[in-house]
Amino acid sequence: MSAASNVVTADHNFPRHEQLVEEKLVLWYFVAALTFMIVSMLAGILMGLQLIRHNPLPSVELLSPGRWRMIHTNAIAYGFLANAFLGIMHWVIPRLTLRPVLSPLLSYAIFAAWQFVVLATAVGIIFGEAQGIEWGETPVWIDPVAQLGLLLVAINFGAPILQTRGPMYVTLWYYLAALVWTFLTYAMGNFVPEYFVCGSSAGAVGGLFIHDLVGLFVTPLGWGMLYYFVPILLKRPMWSHGLSLVGFWGLAFFYPLQGIHHFLYTPIPMFLQYGAVLSTIALELVVVTVIINFVGTLHGTGGLVLSNLPLRYFHTGILFYFLTCLQCALQVTLTFQALIHFTDWVVGHAHMVMFGVFAMWQLGVMTYLVPKILKTEWYSTQWCEWHYWASSGGLIVMAGDLILCGLFQGWSWAALQPWESSIRYSLPFWSVRIVAGVVMFAAQLLFCLNFYLTWLKAPKTVHTTLPESGGLATV
Amino acid sequence: MFERKSGIILIAGIGFFALAFLSNAVVPMLMYRHLPEKTVKQLINGNLRYQFEDLAQRFPEAFEKAYGQPPADPEQAGAWYDERCEKALRVGHKIYIGEGCWHCHSQFVRPVSNEDRRWGAVSQSWEYQNELQRPVLFGTRRVGPDLCREGGRRSSDWHAVHFFKPEALSFGSPMPNYPWLFDGSPDKPTERGLALITYIQWLGSWHETYPYYEDYVPIPIKTAAKTE
Repeated sequence: MSAASNVVTADHNFPRHEQLVEEKLVLWYFVAALTFMIVSMLAGILMGLQLIRHNPLPSVELLSPGRWRMIHTNAIAYGFLANAFLGIMHWVIPRLTLRPVLSPLLSYAIFAAWQFVVLATAVGIIFGEAQGIEWGETPVWIDPVAQLGLLLVAINFGAPILQTRGPMYVTLWYYLAALVWTFLTYAMGNFVPEYFVCGSSAGAVGGLFIHDLVGLFVTPLGWGMLYYFVPILLKRPMWSHGLSLVGFWGLAFFYPLQGIHHFLYTPIPMFLQYGAVLSTIALELVVVTVIINFVGTLHGTGGLVLSNLPLRYFHTGILFYFLTCLQCALQVTLTFQALIHFTDWVVGHAHMVMFGVFAMWQLGVMTYLVPKILKTEWYSTQWCEWHYWASSGGLIVMAGDLILCGLFQGWSWAALQPWESSIRYSLPFWSVRIVAGVVMFAAQLLFCLNFYLTWLKAPKTVHTTLPESGGLATV
Repeated sequence: MFERKSGIILIAGIGFFALAFLSNAVVPMLMYRHLPEKTVKQLINGNLRYQFEDLAQRFPEAFEKAYGQPPADPEQAGAWYDERCEKALRVGHKIYIGEGCWHCHSQFVRPVSNEDRRWGAVSQSWEYQNELQRPVLFGTRRVGPDLCREGGRRSSDWHAVHFFKPEALSFGSPMPNYPWLFDGSPDKPTERGLALITYIQWLGSWHETYPYYEDYVPIPIKTAAKTE
């Protein structure tokens, strides 16, 4: 098998793109991802309106803001981010390995299964069946299905990666590790604190889960994606292979060690808390090397960031990544934690990571890939610009606003003012947050409309090669 | 090693993950192995029983509808209340998670930021070694107050009205209304409403300082009913 495939590449008889990439599936994943993005944002707006006491639909059990808050986070993590990553991996992995995924049939089965998992999670949460694990509120009876789905994902994408011979590109390091990590993280977070340990130990595992979900699922898939698309858009290799190595191995070593920093000053043993703080600060040094590598790659062609929209998305995300990590190195210290833990500072931080970095990167990839797959230009590049500015602008306002709000809440609590005071101080910030959120929401609606209209004007040849895509456009 | 599949899967993928799990999760598990996990039944204490029987007095119709009539024999009645109380704690705990209460209310007091002055004693490990803290409900955000010392601070009447319409009692509260825990008015909590109040009254009931705001003398509930 391997000998035969070596001959194929030696003859420069590369398989064609059409043989490798199931483009229709990539589009389906994007449609699913954007659908859940809209759902998630609606849920966020509902919770935001509740906080400023303007919930238009109070006292409706199935629209309870407490439940929809969990939909907000789960739909973004498993509905938007996971779906978009899966779609992008269907593009990247076959092109890098020159091999299709293990089975197209399995790919479609995974697509259907994953949508079932996300929808079942949403329905379960709406009916009050949530599990008591942050970012893992998926009802307990769905967890085994999701776990099986992640195993199939690992097999389907792992097969082409494992079949490659010779050195692997950076992207594949991240992807390969992420396939292992995501499976392990999900298993650890959803089963260990639910069935095996309680109390402070469960808190330690819960902290690991919250953090690994970002660090070992979203982050490696995100960076893997960027190591692929940034050099392609810049038409040049990464600046330093050595720094790529430092970045990957530093992340792999330090990221899993930090979970407990989510629960500082809890009854979890203090020396473990110190360990988590130190490894977090160490990771920020690693992150700086990754940023240097990407900025170095950009050297001399910085102007492209202004003219090339996908590239601008990527580097905006990189900037936010730097900001969040810098913030992280400070806020993780016990000094900061005393003030800002439990406040909206953390909520601002979370939005900056999840939307400012990873969603921005994925929206950038969508902006780049959708015209390629549909073989036509965007319906309106002007709308794409609006999408970028409203998304990034809204995010800056929201994150800055919440971070500042957190400081006031923390000071109010430490000063032993009545609890109501902290609510009163928060109201102006929460009001600004709603405005920023609505702007971001409008941006995504515009993007969806643009996507739809682009699909409508796609050349008929696309429809003949991909017969079902025309039907999907009406979804 | 650094760019090979085996290195990435075995060292980075599995090895580093296992190292982190061992050092960050297995270590605390081993450290707390002398604190066995209590079952819900073992969590029922005098303070909680007082509150639960108090619910039976305050909301007799709702209570009877949810749990039926206690046996006449006092000893049997005691066991009966324990059993119903255990059930209420479990249901209340499930509602507390399902409604997302724990996303706006934490359950631990930190030794910083004057928290012990606001809430009471700093949280300790043994308080969390029980079935209702699996998964642990530390929480990560406080829109509303911490609740791990909430039990006994306020009466069950107060909680009933507060769950029905928080703004009626906490001016400017952004907490949502939970009318579906009631049959139309705050004096008619459903089984779910009674269960959630029981759960809230349980929080901190294991402490000597329970409750904080009133001089608490555990009078028998029958005597209290007669004097009213």
